[in-house]
Amino acid sequence: MDAIDRAIINQLQKGFPISERPYREAAQSLGIGETELIQRLQTMLDDKRLSRFGPLYHAERMGGGLSLCAMAIPEQDYDKVAEQVNSFPEVAHNYARDHELNMWFVLATETPQRIPEVLKEIQALTGYPVYNMPKQQEFFVGLHFEV
Amino acid sequence: MDKLDRAIIAATQAGLPLDTRPYAHVAEQVGSDEATVMARMQAMQASGIIRRIGAVPNHYVLGFRGNGMSVWEVPENRIQACGEMVGSLDFVSHAYHRPKHPPLWNYNLFAMVHGRDREEVMQKVEKIAALLGENDLGHEVLFSTRILKKTGLRLPGEKA
Repeated sequence: MDAIDRAIINQLQKGFPISERPYREAAQSLGIGETELIQRLQTMLDDKRLSRFGPLYHAERMGGGLSLCAMAIPEQDYDKVAEQVNSFPEVAHNYARDHELNMWFVLATETPQRIPEVLKEIQALTGYPVYNMPKQQEFFVGLHFEV
Repeated sequence: MDKLDRAIIAATQAGLPLDTRPYAHVAEQVGSDEATVMARMQAMQASGIIRRIGAVPNHYVLGFRGNGMSVWEVPENRIQACGEMVGSLDFVSHAYHRPKHPPLWNYNLFAMVHGRDREEVMQKVEKIAALLGENDLGHEVLFSTRILKKTGLRLPGEKA
């Protein structure tokens, strides 16, 4: 990866203009041309150095519910429960982690009130308690990685 | 948020068009005009619905293969100061206050720590511990061992 790609990643994590020719503006501050910026972004999306380029939306501000949940599942039941949990469309992602609480997933619902309902449904279906850990406060959410 | 905002969100969730006039392109998709789309997106940014427009690096591909969820027990009355301290570190991508579930779960501060490998993550976690000092009443790092499901967040109102 060359210096220009690095500069693009570092700078464009911070923001991007809303204007008629935003790529031209961003390119100017990077000291390159508009077409070059577009091409380099395309290449980095294609080779997956960037997972996306565009607006990052704030789920709760859109009116939905969001929570991090964890479960402690014995090994012999793990795959079955993972399948049951994943069958809920409200489960956005789910990770196995090395801890007594060994299953961690994010619930994203259309309304905040749906969160406790889905939690109950998951508990009923799996037979295991769900530990609900909604965020009470956000101190920082950013991805400004210097590369 | 009205129908047009939702349509704009749906049209840009996967990304902004790589086109010299990206907002005109979005307008075409949602049946509006460039000026309106820009005004709507500016309003959504002002109200916090759009956190930011920009590049999302793929940590894993860029060589940051260690990602640990560090969890901390800090005094409830010091959570604000501790959260801000930890959140300001450049290797922490998210820092949140979350509820405890004693006795199984006594951690109330979550910080996602990124590094080139697990060892680097652990070194960074030690830096956090040093920074928190006596406020660190106990901590652990949970590494993910398997992705069981990965889908994007759905829009409120969007059908599965």
